[in-house]
Amino acid sequence: MNTAPAAPEAITATAAPSAPAEAGAERTRKFEKCVEVLNRYHRNPAKLIPILQEIQESYRYLPEEVLVFVATSVGLPPARVFGVATFYAHFTLKPKGKYVIRLCDGTACHVRASQPILDALRGRLSLTATEQTTPDMLFTVETVSCLGACGLAPVVVINEDVHGQMTPETAVALVDEICTKEQGA
Amino acid sequence: MSIAQDRMTLEQIAEEYARLSEPVTRRIIICAGTGCVANGSLKVHAALRDAVEQAGLPVTIELKTEAPPEGSVHISRSGCQGFCQQGPLLTILPEGILYTHVHAPDVQEIVERTLMHGEVIDRLLFNDPATGCHCHGIDDIPFYQRQQRTVLKECGVICPEDLAEYVSHGGYFAARRAYCDMSPEQICATILESGLRGRGGGGFPTGRKWELTRIQTEPKKYIVCNGDEGDPGAFMDRSVMEGNPHGLLEGMMIAARAIGADAGLIYVRAEYPLAVKRLKRAVADAEAMGLLGDDIFDTGLTLRIEVMEGAGAFVCGEETALLASVEGKRGMPMPKPPFPAQKGLDGKPTVINNVETLASVPVIMRHGAAAYKAVGTEKSPGTKTFALTGHVANTGLIEVPFGTTLGEIVMNIGGGVIDAKGNPDPAGFKAVQIGGPSGGCLTQAHLDLPLDFDSLREVGAMVGSGGLVVMNKKTCMVKVARFFMQFTQNESCGKCVLCREGTKQMLALLDDIIEGNGTRETLVLLETVARVVAKGSLCGLGKTAPSPVLSTLRYFRDEYLAHVDHKHCPTGNCKALARPVIIEEKCKGCTVCGRKCPVGAIEGERKQPHHINPEVCINCGACLETCKFGAIVYN
Amino acid sequence: MEQKTDQKPTVLVDGREVTIDGERNLLELCRKANIDIPTFCYHSNLSVYGACRLCLVDVKGRGVVTSCTTIPEAGMEFKTTTGEIREMRKIAVELLLANHDMDCPTCPKSTTCKLQDLARKLGVREVRFRKTNRVEPIDRSSPSIERNPNRCVLCGDCVRMCDEVQSIGAIDFAYRGSECSVVPAFGKDLNTVECVHCGQCVAVCPTGALTPRSEIDAVWADIDNPKKVVVAQVAPAVRVAFGEQFGLAPGAAATGRMVAALRRMGFDQVYDTSFAADLTVIEEGHELLGRMASGEKLPIFTSCCPAWVKFSEQYFPELLPNLSSCKSPQEMFGSLARYILPKQLGVAPEDLVIVSIMPCTAKKFEAKRPEFQHDNIPGVDHVLTTQELITMTDAAGLNFPSLEPESFDMPLGFKTGAGVIFGSSGGVTEAVLRFAAEKVTGKPLTQVEFHEVRGNEGIREATVALGEASVRVAIVHGLANARALAERVRDGHAHYDVVEVMACPGGCVGGAGQPVSNDPGARAQRAKGLYEADRTTDLHKSQDNPMIREMYETWLGEPGGPLAHELLHTHYASRKRITDSDFTVLPSAEKRPVCVSVCVGTNCYLKGSQEILSKVLNHVETNHLHGAVEVKGTFCFENCGQAPNVAVNNQLIESATFEKVMEAVNEASCPAKSPA
Repeated sequence: MNTAPAAPEAITATAAPSAPAEAGAERTRKFEKCVEVLNRYHRNPAKLIPILQEIQESYRYLPEEVLVFVATSVGLPPARVFGVATFYAHFTLKPKGKYVIRLCDGTACHVRASQPILDALRGRLSLTATEQTTPDMLFTVETVSCLGACGLAPVVVINEDVHGQMTPETAVALVDEICTKEQGA
Repeated sequence: MSIAQDRMTLEQIAEEYARLSEPVTRRIIICAGTGCVANGSLKVHAALRDAVEQAGLPVTIELKTEAPPEGSVHISRSGCQGFCQQGPLLTILPEGILYTHVHAPDVQEIVERTLMHGEVIDRLLFNDPATGCHCHGIDDIPFYQRQQRTVLKECGVICPEDLAEYVSHGGYFAARRAYCDMSPEQICATILESGLRGRGGGGFPTGRKWELTRIQTEPKKYIVCNGDEGDPGAFMDRSVMEGNPHGLLEGMMIAARAIGADAGLIYVRAEYPLAVKRLKRAVADAEAMGLLGDDIFDTGLTLRIEVMEGAGAFVCGEETALLASVEGKRGMPMPKPPFPAQKGLDGKPTVINNVETLASVPVIMRHGAAAYKAVGTEKSPGTKTFALTGHVANTGLIEVPFGTTLGEIVMNIGGGVIDAKGNPDPAGFKAVQIGGPSGGCLTQAHLDLPLDFDSLREVGAMVGSGGLVVMNKKTCMVKVARFFMQFTQNESCGKCVLCREGTKQMLALLDDIIEGNGTRETLVLLETVARVVAKGSLCGLGKTAPSPVLSTLRYFRDEYLAHVDHKHCPTGNCKALARPVIIEEKCKGCTVCGRKCPVGAIEGERKQPHHINPEVCINCGACLETCKFGAIVYN
Repeated sequence: MEQKTDQKPTVLVDGREVTIDGERNLLELCRKANIDIPTFCYHSNLSVYGACRLCLVDVKGRGVVTSCTTIPEAGMEFKTTTGEIREMRKIAVELLLANHDMDCPTCPKSTTCKLQDLARKLGVREVRFRKTNRVEPIDRSSPSIERNPNRCVLCGDCVRMCDEVQSIGAIDFAYRGSECSVVPAFGKDLNTVECVHCGQCVAVCPTGALTPRSEIDAVWADIDNPKKVVVAQVAPAVRVAFGEQFGLAPGAAATGRMVAALRRMGFDQVYDTSFAADLTVIEEGHELLGRMASGEKLPIFTSCCPAWVKFSEQYFPELLPNLSSCKSPQEMFGSLARYILPKQLGVAPEDLVIVSIMPCTAKKFEAKRPEFQHDNIPGVDHVLTTQELITMTDAAGLNFPSLEPESFDMPLGFKTGAGVIFGSSGGVTEAVLRFAAEKVTGKPLTQVEFHEVRGNEGIREATVALGEASVRVAIVHGLANARALAERVRDGHAHYDVVEVMACPGGCVGGAGQPVSNDPGARAQRAKGLYEADRTTDLHKSQDNPMIREMYETWLGEPGGPLAHELLHTHYASRKRITDSDFTVLPSAEKRPVCVSVCVGTNCYLKGSQEILSKVLNHVETNHLHGAVEVKGTFCFENCGQAPNVAVNNQLIESATFEKVMEAVNEASCPAKSPA
C-alpha cells in the first residue's frame, strides 16, 4: 500500500492567485508561528486558550484548518477545539477588517447613549448586527461589554486606541479620517 | 545559585531607592490609567520630558542604578488616580498641585510658570462646581476629601512598573513576615479576625475560605486571582492591577503561604491589555528580585505566578467557570460541591480570590486585623472601592469605608446628578444600579442607607464587584432591566436550562412590555420566571441574573404598570409607546394635519390649537411630517 | 436517641427513613426508595453535569438544591415534591418547550421521549412563553444516526457519552448562551467526522434529537414486492430486549413470538445470526490457534463490532493487522446466504433481499461498507434495529403477547448456545474458548462455562488454561476502555492472545438500537437472559452445530480454506478521522505542480514531520520554486507505524526525511521542467 489516499480538494482560505509567492511566504511564516506556539506550550491541551490567542494574533482569525491542526497537535477532538473557539467572544472564525472598531456597551456607556453611536457607525459603513465587516475588509464594527474605561463613557476603541466621550458625529469623523488616510495610501 | 547571591534584602532595595531619589527635588506624576491614556496622558508625558529638558532642568524617568544629578525632576507614571473624567491628571510634588485636563500644549506653561517660578496655573486646577473655587490639590477636592483610600492608596502615587518604589512604600514586608515569622494558621487567623469578606460579589469571609483550603492534605495547591472583572460599568480591579500590581502580588504571596500553595495564577479579562502587561512585568521583576520563584526569603518555599488572559466570557468570573477556562475548556460552571477549596484547578485544592480582596491582604497584615476592623461596619469591615459612573458629575474610581451612605457617594463625592447634556440637575436623582447585572437598584429612599454587604442584600441589591451607576429621571427603568437582561442573556454560558432559556424569555417579556404588547399577565409571568431562575440556576450568574428585574419591579412597579396598562413610558424612552402630541403654543390651527390623518384622530377648530385623540391615533406619524410649525412631537 | 454504631446512616425522604448504602447523591438514593425524580442530564455512568435543573429537592436547612449534586449525609431531611419544586420543574419544562420543535406526532421518540413524558406528568397544558426555536437543518449524512438539532434540549448526555465512555468526542457543545448547540466539529455532517456510529449518544438522548436512521420503509417496500424473497437474520441480543416494549421484563426471551411476528409481517424466511456467530467461532478459533502457533499478530482483536473496527481504523492503524480477518456474524451471514440461498430457495440472486435485525446502529454503517459489497450487491440489504422491528410489529397490528411461538427456519436458523452469548460482553471470548479448548486438548470439554470471562467490569483480564497451554484473554467494552487497553498493547505494556472489544457498554445487549429503557439494570438482565438461553439449549459449542458441520462439508470446504476465506474474511485499512481536513501551506499557481503533502498528525509530528515541512518550505523559498511546488499539510495517512509520512504527488514516502522528500520532488518535477 504505497500510494497515498487521494487527497480531497484542499481548502485554501485566502486565495491570492495574483501573488502566490508573496501569499505563500506569508502563510509559511504564519504556519511556522503556529508550530512555534504549539511547541512553546508543549502541546498542552490545558493551554488551548493562550495557544488560540497567539495564533489568532498571527492570522487575525482562526481558520478552520488551523483549528484542526491545533486539535491534532494537542490531542483533542476537533469538535472540542471548535467548541472552545466559539465559546469565547474574542475568538473569531471569520477574518476581521483591518480596523476593528469596538464600541463599548457597558452600563456606563449605555446610559450615556452608546446606541446612537453604534447606529451611526453601522449606518456610515452599511453594516448590521450580523454583517460586521465591510466587503473591502477595511472595517469591522462590533460591540463589547465594558472596556473598563467607564469614566470616559461612551467609549470607542479602534484597534488598540481608546477614544472617550464619543458622540455619533465624532465617531463617524474617526471613520472618515481613516478612510481618507487609506485612500491616500 | 547566583540569583540568590545577587538577592537584595527588602531593606537594601528601599535604601537603594532612597539613595537614588535623594537628588530628586520635584516629582511629577502623570496618570497612566486607561482613562487618562485614552485622553492623551502619554503624549503629555513625552512633551513634558522634552519641555523640562529644554528648560535646562535635569530629568529622570526611571530611577535605576545611577543616582540622577542634584535637583532633578522625576517624571513618573502612575496607575489610575480615580478622577478619570478630569483626565489627564498631573500631580506636582512636593507642592501637591493637581492639574486636570492637561494636554500637550499646556506643558510649556507648566514648566515655565510652575516648575521654574513656583506659580500655580489656576485654569488647570479643578474647579469645584459647588463652590466655584479652584482646588489646589487633592486635599481640597470633595471627590477625594470624602474618600478613604486604603487599597487604592498606592495606586495613582507610585509607578506601577517600579518594584523598588513599591518596596520603599513598605511593600513586600508583610509578605516577608508571612513567610518568615508566621505560620499558615496564624495568617488564616489574622485574616479571619480582620473580617475581610470577598470583594467579588458573594462576600464570603476570606479567612474561612483560606482555612478550608489550608486544612486539605493534598500537597499541591493553587492560589488563583480572579481578575475577570466583567461587570459592565466597573473597573476597580483593572485599576488595582494597572496601578499597583505589586500590591496584588504581595497579597497572593501571603495567601499562598497561608494555604500552602506553590503555584498561582492571575486570570485577567482580555479587555485589559495594560493590566496584563503590567502584571507580567511585575511578576518578572519580582522573580528577578527573588521575591517569587524558589526559596522565597530563604525559607525554601516556592511560588510561581502565571498571568493568563481571558478570552471574552463574563461567566468566567464565576469561579468554577474560571477554572474550566484555565484548563483550556469552555467556561461553563460546574455544580458545587466539590468546592474549589477541595477540588479546584487540576483537581487540587484552590483558593480563588478577587483582585481587591487580595490587594486588601497586605494592608491588613501591615496594620493588623484590629486596625482594619476599626474601619467600616461590624459585619463588613474595611473599605470598598466603587466605580462611580452614569449621570453623575464626577465619574471615576472611589474608595470609601463600608457604611458610607449612598447619598454621600452620589451627592458629595460624585458631585450630584447631571442631565443628559452634562449640566448639574440637583433634583434629577432617580436610582442607582449597584452590582451590575447581578445587582439591583437603589432609589431616593435609599440615599441614607449605609452601604455594606448585608444592608444591600436586604434591599434586594448586592455589592457585587462594586459598579455604581447613577441614573437620572430621564431613565426608563424597564429599559434598564432590559439592558441588563440583554447582557446576561448574551453572557449566559448556555449550560443550565433556567439561565439559558429563562434569560431569553425574560428578555422577550421585557421586550413585550417596552413595545407595548405587555399585559398584567406579562408582569406575573415575568416575576414568576425571575423567581424560578433566581432560585434554581446552576451558578451565580444565573442565580443573580433576574436581580435587576426583581429589583426594578419592586421599586418601580408603577413604571411597569404604566407600560402595560396605559401603554405609556413615563420617561418617554420607549419609542414604540411614544405617541404624537400637539404643542398648543406652536399650533396655528391650520388643519393640515387633521386632513392628513388617515383615522381622523385630530380634532380642533380652525385657528385654534388642535388635539390628538390617543384612543384613535394609530401612531402612523403622518401628522408629524405635515406640520410646518414643528408643533407635533412625540411625547 | 441512641444510635448504634453498626447501624447504617439514614436520611428522611418525604418523612420516610431511607438508609444510605454508599449512594453517591440524593438522586440515586431517591431511585432506591422508588421515587422517580425527573432528570435529563443525570446518568449513573457519566459525570455529574447539573444542567437540567429538574431533579430538585428541598433539603431542610439548605433549601432547594439539585439532588444529583448533593451528597447524602446522615440525618439529612428532604422533600422531593413541594409546590415550589413543582412550579420550578414546570417552568423549566415550559421553557424547554418554548424552544422545542414540538413535532411530537412525527417524532420517532414520541411516547418514549422524556420531555413529552415530563410535560404530561407535570401537567403542562400550554406554553406561555414566546416560541424561540429556530429551524436548523437535519443531519441525515450518517447511515446510522439522524441528528435533529431542533429537538435538542442541550442536556449534554450525548457529549459526555461520546467523550467519557467512548473517548471520541465527535460531537461537542459549540457557541454560547442562547446560541449554544451540540454539533460535530465546525458544524460538519456526522458522517464526515470521527463518529464511529456506535449510537450510544442515541441511547442516552432523552428526546428525538438523536435517533437511529430508519430503514423501515425500504423493508416494507421489499416485502410488498411480490418478486422479492425477503429473509431476515436476527441478532442474539435482540431476542432478550424485544419483549420489553410489550411488557416483558428485560432479559425475558421472546424468541419464538418474535419469529412468529416476522413471518406475520411477511418475511419469507427467518434465520438466526447466532448461526453465523457459530461460524465466526470456528473461523476465528482457527485463526487464533494459527496465530498462537506462529506467534504472529498477537493478540488477535475481535472484529465483530463495527464501531470498534472504525475506531481502530482511525486511532490504531498500527494494530489493524491484529484484527481478526473474520467478517462479523452479520456479514458472514450475508455472504453465505447470498452464496447458498438462491439455490436452496430457488430464487434469482437479484431477488433475494437480506434484512438484519440488530441491536446496533453501527451495523447499518457496516452493511454499507465497500468491503462488503460484491458486484455492487451488499451482503446485507437493510439493517433494522430492535426498535424499528418493534415499530413494524405495531404497524402490522400484531398483538405480540398473543402470538404463538414459532421456530427459526433451517439451516441458517440453527445455533448453539455459543452463538447466542455473542450478544453479551465476554460472550465471543467464551464461545471461542469452548472451541479452542477442545481443539487444543483433543478432549471433549465438559465444563463449558468460563465464568472468569463474564462480568460487568469495563476491562477484564484472565488467563485460561487449555490443557497444557494457556490463553491470555482481555475483554473490554466501552471504547474509552478499548482505547486504554489498545494503547497498552500497542506500546508493549500488555500482552494477550485474545482481546474482545465491544463498543457498547455491556456489549450488544446495550446497543443503541435496543429499546430505550429507564431501568439501569436492563443491560445486565438482558445479558443474563442470553446466558440463560445458552444454559437451556442442548448444544453449547459451535463445533457441535450439525448445520455448521454440514455447511463446511457441502459448501465451504475447510475452515479457513480458500472458499471460506473468500466468503467469510475481509481486511481493513486505515482511515482519516476527518475528511477534507487538508490545508494548503504554500499554494501554487501552476496547473500541475508537484504536490508535497506532509502529515502533521500527532505521530508524524512527534517523529519530526514539522521539521521536514519547515525545511521544504525553506527550500522552496530559497530556490524560488514558488508556483512549481505546492505544499500541503494533511492529517494522517493512517500509516503511523512508519511515521513521518510525506506524499509527493501520489507517492507515499514512509519514514520520510527531508532528503528523501527532495529526491522525490526532483524526480517528479524533472519531466515537468523539460517537456521539450
